[in-house]
Amino acid sequence: MSVRHALLALLSEGPKYGLQLRHEFEARTGEVWPLNVGQVYTTLQRLERDGLIASDGPDNGPQKGYRITAPGHQELVRWLETPMDAAQPPRDELLIKVLVAVQVPGIDVAQLIQVHRRHLVQLMQRYTTVKADAAEDDVALALVVDAELFRLEAAVRWLDSAETRLRAHQPSVPTSTPTPNSVIQAVTRSARGQAVRR
Amino acid sequence: MTAMLQLNKVSKTYGSGPAAVHALFEVDLTVERGELVAIMGPSGSGKSSLLTIAGSLEEATEGEVLVDGAALSTMSIAKRAQLRRRSIGFVFQDFNLLSGLTAAENVAMPLELDGTSSRAARIAALAALAQLGTEDCADRFPDELSGGQRQRVAIARAVVGDRGLLLADEPTGALDSVNSEGVMRLLRESCRLGAAGVVVTHEAHLASWADRVVFLRDGHLVDQTGDAPGPESLLTSGTGQPA
Repeated sequence: MSVRHALLALLSEGPKYGLQLRHEFEARTGEVWPLNVGQVYTTLQRLERDGLIASDGPDNGPQKGYRITAPGHQELVRWLETPMDAAQPPRDELLIKVLVAVQVPGIDVAQLIQVHRRHLVQLMQRYTTVKADAAEDDVALALVVDAELFRLEAAVRWLDSAETRLRAHQPSVPTSTPTPNSVIQAVTRSARGQAVRR
Repeated sequence: MTAMLQLNKVSKTYGSGPAAVHALFEVDLTVERGELVAIMGPSGSGKSSLLTIAGSLEEATEGEVLVDGAALSTMSIAKRAQLRRRSIGFVFQDFNLLSGLTAAENVAMPLELDGTSSRAARIAALAALAQLGTEDCADRFPDELSGGQRQRVAIARAVVGDRGLLLADEPTGALDSVNSEGVMRLLRESCRLGAAGVVVTHEAHLASWADRVVFLRDGHLVDQTGDAPGPESLLTSGTGQPA
């Protein structure tokens, strides 16, 4: 998440002080991403340098007020509307471990998958406890926790799927292991081929 | 203190000879009052068999099942039926509400079947509905309720009276994620009030509402999570981001 754009969003509601911005940022991100004071003021100085916000005086203390400028509004809207970069997946440690485990003699891949599954579900239990203990109307916290839960659940579902596939097709040791990048390249080639056929 | 549910070396085999299907192998499981346990596993792993055996809807081929300290194998059919009416509440994926009865009548039914007067059963039903925040639905029929309301009524029916054991098989059905969370929150709260709960699900985000998650594979209990640690470490990783 961009601290820069989060601060612009808070200022789009009206002028605020630096300390106030820090408190509201933490409250609205479910208090799971504490900011230090320096991070807030450094970002505010850069936003002001870039003309995206304006301050009400030379004093740099916590009571210095800030307001968003017209270019700041435009930048905020541009950022909100920009799709996230989902085309290039992050390097997935779990995927690589399972791909490697398939090739290592003596490794019980199903057992390995279960170790990772248990770890992920335990982590999900901890996040769910955060949500269960919070007030039901704490929407910001629920949104943050849900994002983590769905991210972790996706990994659990992938492990379930991997286990089923590996049981159905006991893999022989391939001469080369497909890597995430090689798969992406294959997908890209396939997409290009379809575009040409259209 | 006696565990509310105890499975000792429970096995279940359907059929015999070469066509035999082994659904469960020597499963040990103990669930205490106040505890919610989730059973996770792929299709055919034995989840539903475990639940129906725990609820005395099926008999184990081998091993022993104790509900509140009483062995099911020593009970007559009538006694087991009484146990199901009085001590065990079931929540099903498709709600299983009777369409010709109002919400309150559906909830009161197990008590009335067990000999409770209609008046006393209705009072208990209304209390259960109120506990789940659905008292406004008491006199409406199932087809007049939303999916979320129907499932709350089904949970009220499962907990009405003094049910010590709550068994739920994929209880969120086709509900969306927020309503599903509501169902799991209610099951968790019901267990906090003293029931022991077992919920079968293949969805990790629902299982994560449980105090303990048990993993089944091919009828074997292969693993389980430890006691859920507190949430503190998630919030104080010191990195500025969730741990």
